[in-house]
Amino acid sequence: MTDIRASADSLMKGQSSARAAKGPRDPYAVLRWTLLAMGAIVMVMPIVYMLSASIKYPFEMYDLNIIPKEPTFENYTYVLSDGRFLRWFGNSFLIATLTTISAVFFDALVGYALCKFTFRGRTFMFIAILSTLMIPTEMLVIPWYLMSKSFGWLDSYWGIMFPGIMTAFGTFLMKQFFETVPDDFLEAARIDGLNEFQIWWSVALPLVAPALSALAIFIFLGNWTAFLWPLIVTNSQDLYTLPVGLTTFSVEQAVEWELIMTGAALATIPTLIVFLLFQRYIIRGVAMAGLKG
Amino acid sequence: MATVSLQNLRKTYGKTEVLHGLSLDVADGEFVVLVGPSGCGKSTTLRMIAGLEDVSGGEVRIGGQVVNHLEPKDRNIAMVFQNYAIYPHMTVRKNIGFGLRRAKMPAADKARRIEEVAAILSMTDYLDRKPAQLSGGQRQRVAIGRAMVRDPAVFLFDEPLSNLDAQLRSQMRLEIKKLHQRMHTTIVFVTHDQVEAMTMADRIVIMKDGHIQQVGTPAEVFHQPANIFVAQFIGAPSMNLLAGQAVAGSITVAGRSLARDAGQTGPITVGIRPDDLRVTDGPSSFEGRVVLLEPLGAETLAYVDIGGQEVVARADGRNPPALGAVVQLHVAPENLHLFDGDGKAVE
Repeated sequence: MTDIRASADSLMKGQSSARAAKGPRDPYAVLRWTLLAMGAIVMVMPIVYMLSASIKYPFEMYDLNIIPKEPTFENYTYVLSDGRFLRWFGNSFLIATLTTISAVFFDALVGYALCKFTFRGRTFMFIAILSTLMIPTEMLVIPWYLMSKSFGWLDSYWGIMFPGIMTAFGTFLMKQFFETVPDDFLEAARIDGLNEFQIWWSVALPLVAPALSALAIFIFLGNWTAFLWPLIVTNSQDLYTLPVGLTTFSVEQAVEWELIMTGAALATIPTLIVFLLFQRYIIRGVAMAGLKG
Repeated sequence: MATVSLQNLRKTYGKTEVLHGLSLDVADGEFVVLVGPSGCGKSTTLRMIAGLEDVSGGEVRIGGQVVNHLEPKDRNIAMVFQNYAIYPHMTVRKNIGFGLRRAKMPAADKARRIEEVAAILSMTDYLDRKPAQLSGGQRQRVAIGRAMVRDPAVFLFDEPLSNLDAQLRSQMRLEIKKLHQRMHTTIVFVTHDQVEAMTMADRIVIMKDGHIQQVGTPAEVFHQPANIFVAQFIGAPSMNLLAGQAVAGSITVAGRSLARDAGQTGPITVGIRPDDLRVTDGPSSFEGRVVLLEPLGAETLAYVDIGGQEVVARADGRNPPALGAVVQLHVAPENLHLFDGDGKAVE
């Protein structure tokens, strides 16, 4: 018995010493962690600087110190007491929410149809939708603008929202996810008497709920942070979204960076909440999209 | 309950015809099994009865009514799928009750019906569980329950036991058979497993390449196979096939003359079931050398080379022959199955 304990002890000591020896001396691990740490710093520094700048006075703005000499929350009081900020916040929230609902609905509907129905021109339609992913937004804003002008949508909520009510990326993503739903489920529902819309709504959609959540988060975040198109299509300050509105803190003589940084810091709150609440869906969505794509 | 009748049923995909004019009548309350190898068209046939595949030609009748152009929901059928197709996001209760969504009956009656079906399938204690919390056999019961709850005229089963392990499969086989004996509903059951077909069916339909090869009771298809394909497909191990020569009053096989009148002369194929070919010490039909042994417990399967042709014979499990030994094999002439040059059974 004593022998067994002794050999077990020596084995454990051997393992821990081996682990200790392997850890710090493994050059690849050192390199890997160093690169990761550098990457993390690069990603985190703008956020840290934004938070830092939001509690600085204007005179300290161009000092690159992270911790201000005289920290203040006056910027937050100022921004929050300015009615425009809350208006823009509300606009962004409304537009992002409505666009997300619309895009998730239509992307899932079209993705389902492209995946589960056989009809003439299906492949061509899918390729056509997919090919729009290759056109950058900067190129699309001109036709969008001309279209908005023709239909009288300039300077309206609908004008801001219409390009995003359905997305090629979402359609592609949902089509890929619907591929994982066995046809037997749909056929069983067909035999049970559901019509095609009911089958989509009550059978197919719940089966791809994680994908729907991931897509909803992507679209919400994309719309929340959208800048170029809302900037182009809106003129009235009342219709500005938050990213566009924040730029108005620049005046002719100076840019009020402390106010912009404060607004930006406040604007990240919904993003953080959405991410913290749904991060497992985001990660799963990204992972699944990668696997299926 | 209802009859099912297929009249000259055809199915084409583009220019490829996969079902070549199937005709079959299933009696009211009958349990018919469609069996055949992969790609023979058995599932396609079932899906055409269900309305999940369009009919390219011919007629499908259920209860005497032509249903070719009726939607699946209007055919009064229920189907159990190979992968169960029970919805993972719904409880057992909701899954079973799913088929009642369209039924115009009070909620209390629906609930009672779900409870009744669950009781028949011994699933009452699992009604509030999700499918992920159930075993394979329980999931299969839920799938059957969902089909039962609507009290359909015809049950369609599409290889429902394929995903179960061997023990559970034989258990579910019995349960489905008991269920049929209790309900007397018409059942069309598709499988590629001839044991399932033999043990469950009132009649078996053996299919190959989109054609029906034979329709008959399990005993008929086993003892009187219509052709070589059926003879080999039904029964395990498969029937031995030997090249023979028929002369007046006897057949010569592997150099031995067997006293059986083939009713014709010339080349002939002789089929012998391994059960009918015994290793013996007494009078023998063939002599050969044992090349392989498969002990099964009570019996041993002996693979014997007779004149360059390998056959499977049964030997005593307690006293099997030795590997490499020369053994005598005996078959009663009346147990020979004879097939002509086209592979059809010789009457």
